[in-house]
Amino acid sequence: MTAPATTVPAVAERRASRGLWSDAWRRLLRNKPAMLGVVCIVLFVGAAILAPVIAPYGPLEGELSNRLLPPSPQHIMGTDIQGRDQYTRILYGAQISLVVGVGAVVMALIMGVLLGALAGGLGGKVDAVLMRSTDVLLSIPGILLAIGIIAWLDRGLWQITLAVAVTYAPIFARILRGSLLALRESDYVIAARSVGAGGGRLLTRHMMPNALTPLIVQATLVLATAVIDIAGLGFLGLGPPDPRTPEWGTMLTDARRFLQSAPWLVFFPGAAIVISAIGFNLLGDGLRESLDPRLKR
Amino acid sequence: MLKYTIRRLLAAIPVLFGLSIILFAFVHLIPGDPCRSILGQHASVESCNRLRENLGLNDPMWLQYIHYLGKLLRLDFGASIINNKPFLVEFGVRFPATIELAVAAMLFAVLVGIPLGRLAARHTQGAIDGGVTIVSLFGVSIPVFVLALTLVFIFAVQLQWLPTQGRIDPRAAVRLATPTGFMLVDTLLGGRPDLFVDALRHLVLPAIALGTIPLAIITRITRAAVLDVNNEDYVRTARAKGLKEQRVDARHIMRNAWLPVVTVIGLQVGGLLAGAVLTETVFAWNGVGRYVVDAIQNRDYLIIQSSILVFALIFLVVNLLVDLSYAYLNPRIRYS
Repeated sequence: MTAPATTVPAVAERRASRGLWSDAWRRLLRNKPAMLGVVCIVLFVGAAILAPVIAPYGPLEGELSNRLLPPSPQHIMGTDIQGRDQYTRILYGAQISLVVGVGAVVMALIMGVLLGALAGGLGGKVDAVLMRSTDVLLSIPGILLAIGIIAWLDRGLWQITLAVAVTYAPIFARILRGSLLALRESDYVIAARSVGAGGGRLLTRHMMPNALTPLIVQATLVLATAVIDIAGLGFLGLGPPDPRTPEWGTMLTDARRFLQSAPWLVFFPGAAIVISAIGFNLLGDGLRESLDPRLKR
Repeated sequence: MLKYTIRRLLAAIPVLFGLSIILFAFVHLIPGDPCRSILGQHASVESCNRLRENLGLNDPMWLQYIHYLGKLLRLDFGASIINNKPFLVEFGVRFPATIELAVAAMLFAVLVGIPLGRLAARHTQGAIDGGVTIVSLFGVSIPVFVLALTLVFIFAVQLQWLPTQGRIDPRAAVRLATPTGFMLVDTLLGGRPDLFVDALRHLVLPAIALGTIPLAIITRITRAAVLDVNNEDYVRTARAKGLKEQRVDARHIMRNAWLPVVTVIGLQVGGLLAGAVLTETVFAWNGVGRYVVDAIQNRDYLIIQSSILVFALIFLVVNLLVDLSYAYLNPRIRYS
């Protein structure tokens, strides 16, 4: 009696999950904008990982006699006010944007999933309290919350990561809670509950897998805004504490004064941020379309 | 409608309460010695004591919080630790500049974004749709300050069509009175159409820079909303009974497509406030965004605290207004 009862759902589950994910994967591969996004992301991640190998100079090394050189074969993106090679600094800058950006989004996901699962899973008073708390955080617009947190904790890479994470965690919490609430009333969950699946199993096995797709999409899109926000914080002077650190936003602040005489100092870091953000935005949109076939337009 | 309004106002109370706790903690729980964090490592013992007295740091925590709440209710937002200038006055002086910038940016976003979205929806999968999609992709992917610097480089430095920064030519506007703080209004009140044009020219680049993100989002949403309604049965019926396309567009499609568009316009206000901080920095625009940035650089914690509070208040009020207009546009909302 037990044997068929355990095997039947297992088979059904495996087939269902293979169907969803492999279909989504195939749709994603056919999605040209999403693949362009992947190319942008590969450029960004590749720059970050390979920086020590492919960078022609050190990120901090520079001769004052070489300062503000326009792009040339020796310095393909020119040099900054201290004679440092800008191409090198942009490659190393990708490391900071990538590590802090991904770190912040992962941290935000962990916080958001915990809060959202508690709120959507338990409902009632817990839900009310948690959702009012996210209301409070969401009432502080965007980068201002991150600014406040860094002003409070002082500057540093950890602080930036945490600040950006706290900005986006409420959004993830809301999305997860929303899908969990909707799923709670769906037929298959009611069916699972009626055959005796308990709260924990119901949440982890039946509801979470289906609630995850909007989170994955949102997390990819948030990576784009996280990269932009990190650069924005750097631009406002809230970047890494060491002013020599090759961070894209900080580089842009320094370059502003030379907009007239050395515009390449603004152009290249700006392009690096835009390419990374476009990559995550395209991939996020592609994931949304491929994971939700109903959304076909 | 009145009931709904009251319910929404009541719902805002716990949020404000929570916000006041967080912002209280922001100043009163600064890691380490608050005096050293605020006044710097080399502050004298007397100035430290004075600060402790001013902030009431010697009282128990709950009493400090009650004091803080009491001050807020009396609209006492404190003063700068650096120069002792009261927050409310300083903020009030700069606020019109930010409003002027934000309104101009929003006008740009709405007046360009909605027609673009409708255009793209009418020509789906064509070159126009592709072009609009690319524009909106760039819009959400380019940081405000990168766009701002690029615009300055092209239109101010290279082409020299528009000024690089500021709100008005300071030499020409020496004796201009600024009773309202809105440059466009003040120049007209002062009977100086030449300066009005000058102020307008100063406004163009910052407004475009700040308005591009909302433009991109409004375009996307408008396109999606129009396409969504386009497939409805009643739209097909309207076409089938021979109505002119313009009439179908105005009476059948847009009336319903407005709902998501209005919502998303409201949601952009928070982004505008945050974006103003960066835009004002690039354009040396003397608004509240720059005020906050200066406060951060001076570690003027009380000013940062009060600024964030006021920004959040504005955001909450605007969202309330959006929800009310949404309820007005969509009668179904009111009864749920």
